[in-house]
Amino acid sequence: MDKQTGFMKALKCRECGREYPLAATHVCEFDFGPLEVAYDYDRIKASMTRSAIQSRSKNMWRYRELLPVAGEPTVGCEVGFTPLIKADRLAKRLGIRELWIKNDAVNYPTLSFKDRVVSVALSRAKELGFTTVACASTGNLANSVAANAASAGLKAYVFIPSDLELGKVLNSLVYGANVVGIKGHYDEVNRLCAEIAGKYNWAFVNVNMRPYYAEGSKSMGFEIIEQLGWKIPQHTIVPMASGSLLTKIHKSYQEMTKLGLVSDAEYSVHGAQPAGCSPISVAQKAGLDFFKPVKPNTIAKSLAIGTPADGFYALKVMKETGGAADDVTDDEIRDGIKLLAECEGIFTETAGGVTVGVAKKLIASGKIPANDSAVLCITGNGLKTLDALVGHVGHTREIRPSLREFEALIEAETKSPTAA
Amino acid sequence: MPVNVRIPTPLRKLTNEQELVQIEAKTISEVITELQGRFPGIQERLVDEKGEVRRFVNVYVNEEDIRFLQNQATTLKDGDEISIIPAIAGG
Repeated sequence: MDKQTGFMKALKCRECGREYPLAATHVCEFDFGPLEVAYDYDRIKASMTRSAIQSRSKNMWRYRELLPVAGEPTVGCEVGFTPLIKADRLAKRLGIRELWIKNDAVNYPTLSFKDRVVSVALSRAKELGFTTVACASTGNLANSVAANAASAGLKAYVFIPSDLELGKVLNSLVYGANVVGIKGHYDEVNRLCAEIAGKYNWAFVNVNMRPYYAEGSKSMGFEIIEQLGWKIPQHTIVPMASGSLLTKIHKSYQEMTKLGLVSDAEYSVHGAQPAGCSPISVAQKAGLDFFKPVKPNTIAKSLAIGTPADGFYALKVMKETGGAADDVTDDEIRDGIKLLAECEGIFTETAGGVTVGVAKKLIASGKIPANDSAVLCITGNGLKTLDALVGHVGHTREIRPSLREFEALIEAETKSPTAA
Repeated sequence: MPVNVRIPTPLRKLTNEQELVQIEAKTISEVITELQGRFPGIQERLVDEKGEVRRFVNVYVNEEDIRFLQNQATTLKDGDEISIIPAIAGG
């Protein structure tokens, strides 16, 4: 393995194919197309076998040949390998033969899939000599950058919309990160960060480090394949903000097929958005290959990106794999959160409610056939978005510490069960 | 009618590393034509063969995306600030 580049060959423009050195840079100088890591798949094939993977520790780095760091990872070494749960009770409720939950609500250390991308971005940032890291975030990414930077001894600046859920704000501050709240929505935070990144020599995980960062999402797809017994699921339903995760899940299935780690199979990747921010799903439903930016207004703040940078590629993946997209209202999002909690004992954040709600719609409409098997990507934890549920999940009934009062309460409920 | 144009890092090689450029223009179309006059080669970076702003280029007038305004026909007034920014992702 080359010390400077590992299994990577270059950064390559997705639009025109021009190649760039493996530095902290993310757009093609010629057409602004996004840069992507190109790998030496021949060398990877020689090194990455099922038995080699299975002999390694149970974390995302068991697929390290396909993750863009030159040497061994130094940040987030224990991230990933979250549970894949067979969700029989939810399957029954949604009317599908077989359903699985990939549960990144319990990803380590900050309870969202963002730990995957951050561990790659910060490991690579250290290789490139950076001492300060930063991000533009809708919350989960900020938490993950703050936590992983703290454990790696890096200085962190995180930029978030100032109206984020309190849980997500405190979850960044506690690690000692510099948290800057921007009076605007995420797209405005993003725009400002692009300008800041041009001025300060920091590793912005989702700006100049984005080619490395985005690759971390593939580990979720690698794990799904391995945990299903080396099989690609017929259907995968993925929440879309920028659309990046959906494209990387697809890429992970393609790479494992290309390397012969899984047999070639037909599969569909479907996308889920909140109705209050649905530029990609609206375009997909209209059969377009481009989207119109929107101004977000949704309780699913982690998906509130009105100008999704990978929207174009997400549409392409859905088209190529026969996938569909849909969107759900705030009430349907809350119902989705409750349904997953009540059926499977998994508490997800609003983005997870979007995924469950859209899965329900796609199964009901037959776009996902009832006799098939599907995986839901649950990307974040419900404890971070408690605000969205206040007043929507019933209330506690208070009594004094008296057996008589408890018996009276039970008796009242037995008489009119709906009162509970 | 002078307006200020913020040049993103990937294009500064063309503007002799100038970050802020002042030009005379009444619309975004004119901004692009004027930029091309002063910094040859910049136009093809911003628009495709059909003259449309490239898929991965975002243009803002005073922090508003021109796709929410009148795209390239968006009219400008004295002192407006135009930012050209590559599309990026996060979450």
